[in-house]
Amino acid sequence: LSVPPEIPKEDGRPKWDNKFQYILSCIGFAVGLGNVWRFPYLCQIHGGGAFLIPYFIALLFEGIPLLHLELALGQCLRKGSVGAWNTISPYLGGVGIGSWMVSVLVSLYYNTVLTWVMWYFINSFQEPLPWSVCPLNENRTGLNEECYESTAVSYFWYRKTLNITPDVTETGTLQWWLILCLATCWAIVYLCTIRGIETTGKAIYVTAIFPYLVLTIFLIHGLTLPGATDGLAYLFTPNLNTLKNPRVWLDAATQIFFSLSLAFGGLIAFSSYNPPKNDCEKDAVTVAIVNSMTSLYASIPVFSVLGFKATTGYSDCLDRNIISIINEFDLPEESIMRQNYTAWIGFLNSSYPEKIAGLKLKSCNLQEFLDQSVSGTGLAFIIFTQAIILMPGSQAWATLFFIMLFSLGLSSMFGNIEGVFTPLLELRIVSKSIPKELLSGIICLICFLIALCFTLGSGSYWIDIFDSYAGSLPLLVIAFFEVIGVAYVYKIKRFSKDVKWMTGRKPNLYWQITWRFISPLLLLIVFVAFVILQIQKPPSYAAWNPKYEGFPMKEDKVYPPWVLAICVLLAVLPCVFVPLVALFHLIKRMCRSKDPSFVPPEVFSCQGSN
Amino acid sequence: MLQVLLLTLSVFAIAHAELCKPDAQNAFKVRLSIKTALGDNAYAWDANEEYLFKAMVAFAMRRYSSKSTTQISDVLLCNVTDRVSFWFVVTDSSQNVTTVPGSEVEAAIRMNRNRINSAFLLSDKTLQFLKITSTLSPPVEPSMPVWLIVFGVVLCLIVAGIVFLVVAGIQQRKKKNKESTERENLEEKGEATVTAENGIPCEALDLKAGHINGIFAADDERFTSL
Repeated sequence: LSVPPEIPKEDGRPKWDNKFQYILSCIGFAVGLGNVWRFPYLCQIHGGGAFLIPYFIALLFEGIPLLHLELALGQCLRKGSVGAWNTISPYLGGVGIGSWMVSVLVSLYYNTVLTWVMWYFINSFQEPLPWSVCPLNENRTGLNEECYESTAVSYFWYRKTLNITPDVTETGTLQWWLILCLATCWAIVYLCTIRGIETTGKAIYVTAIFPYLVLTIFLIHGLTLPGATDGLAYLFTPNLNTLKNPRVWLDAATQIFFSLSLAFGGLIAFSSYNPPKNDCEKDAVTVAIVNSMTSLYASIPVFSVLGFKATTGYSDCLDRNIISIINEFDLPEESIMRQNYTAWIGFLNSSYPEKIAGLKLKSCNLQEFLDQSVSGTGLAFIIFTQAIILMPGSQAWATLFFIMLFSLGLSSMFGNIEGVFTPLLELRIVSKSIPKELLSGIICLICFLIALCFTLGSGSYWIDIFDSYAGSLPLLVIAFFEVIGVAYVYKIKRFSKDVKWMTGRKPNLYWQITWRFISPLLLLIVFVAFVILQIQKPPSYAAWNPKYEGFPMKEDKVYPPWVLAICVLLAVLPCVFVPLVALFHLIKRMCRSKDPSFVPPEVFSCQGSN
Repeated sequence: MLQVLLLTLSVFAIAHAELCKPDAQNAFKVRLSIKTALGDNAYAWDANEEYLFKAMVAFAMRRYSSKSTTQISDVLLCNVTDRVSFWFVVTDSSQNVTTVPGSEVEAAIRMNRNRINSAFLLSDKTLQFLKITSTLSPPVEPSMPVWLIVFGVVLCLIVAGIVFLVVAGIQQRKKKNKESTERENLEEKGEATVTAENGIPCEALDLKAGHINGIFAADDERFTSL
């Protein structure tokens, strides 16, 4: 006699309040800082509108299938990443542990980026904005030298925020203001994740929806700025020649992969709290499309503002030249305007070439200003802050911008923390008597203490290292084993039956082909290409060194061997669990030929797990 | 007589021309950017403005040194261009055909820069004395850094939220414990036999959302033991 499926089984597992909360959490996890500061940059350097072609191909053949796989897995098995993979096959338990490790490593450094955002946010309430003016030097005869030679914005970022050391080996001291902000950020994360999805489900309504509001405001304002159309034209003008470069395809594939936050275990955790009969196929397609649309939507205000900044820079360059000419030739004011500048220059060059040469005028080229493309923290904390100074009402714009960045990052942090939290809750090591509040408090406290390393003078170099090595390669490996595990160990036929039981229809040919062949192949190619690119040149970093001759250009330095060892460790540590756990179980099986605790995968099925 | 007068006048004029010319000793170049500063309210630079300028320089010299007896006619302007830039020099009326040392003029101008600027509705950037640098104003430092205040507010809100949630959780747990001990007590005393199906009391199933499936409930022997 089997239990009729309509009566829900009370297994004490928390659930989402409603479907919308779940979808919003997945979208919030996927939509993060990368959508704002990495996608527009890639679009720009890889031929504008033409980049969308490899991007959508990667979305279709890599992003959506993997997303559907993870969501269906979590929903079917109703366990976090560690438990889920152990259930699929004990040999694949390492995949779950690898996911868990990556979530831990990423949580550590991701919140430090939010710390910087918070620091800028609380500094946005001053008039004038602290990054708009250079401070005076000690004897008040002039401006601070480091600030004078670079820009006020760079100085505020590198000196007043990071207090960066010239080398990754010089650790510097702990920056107390960053420690305060870090403590606040971890307190906010604790507040929101204190009871798992009960509290994140409420917080996500704000943190997932608010960025869209701010993006819309910036979109409307950005389009009204002068020069916005130049920026947008520059961004979207397609240059189909770039598609011949394999680097473009690699960047598209990695961008889709990292943007959807796959292989972290967070998505598996989120969908494990769903009722088993839920259309995960529709959810996957929805989340993937919303994520890509958000990237596109965010690139419009970003490039409007960048176009505005380039136009302002170009106008300032012209104005400086005009003032020099007027002062030199004692011409009346406003005789040379920007429109007749070229005519005047031509005339004066022919009549007084030595005087013009003596002035040392800079050539002003709008294209040059537009070409200054930056991604990542440089875009947010240097370029965008500079553009905000030029807007009227800069305090309001700065505040809005940094709250938006904070919400984007916070909703991604929820997914990371959930990826750490859920497997720990299910582990028998953690006794049932520990209340959830205490467990999440312990996780946040330990992460905060470890993340104090990132508040040192060399902290931002270490964050770059973590981002490049812990947050990239292991994910590719884990995702590859995920697809292979489900397709060839669990067998696609059984998986399709499970998905049919959950959604009510069998996965069609598209899913079958992508899960079986295309996605694993694509992941393998991306992984190999990634490794080849990394090996080609010795890993280097750009250091901010005021004593460098080429200052304010950054100095290119190579990592010392011990740092390289740490990089390799970060990349290898999550991946190494996959073979280790498989080996462990193999040895265990060989030692005891009849192992009663070994569950052959054939017996397990999705319906039976309820 | 008339010729002598004419001669002295011409000598005087030539001497003045000698004193005030570009890059002369103790001469300063001044550059005004009236249209940049005032836009539509810009005034035209004419002889009256020049007179005012001479008066301001004389005022500055007098204010700087109480011994000074500089007259407006002692200040000489020359080479006025359309840019509105010109050279000026301050002569010493007590000793003919000599100029006041540049350092004194510089000090006087620097001391009274504010007054001179406001007389012309200009600022340090739009009324430039090319060899005289202006002292930079110290940055405005509030007594308490603003960011600490904002930080304090944010932190207080968060700590309040955490404390509220933790306390609410503890209270909820105490209530649940009390309910379960009450139920255990009732069961022990045997006052109420609570029959349960899958951990849910049957009474609750009856009263709330449960459905009793008549086919299964009617036939007790068919139930397999759990």
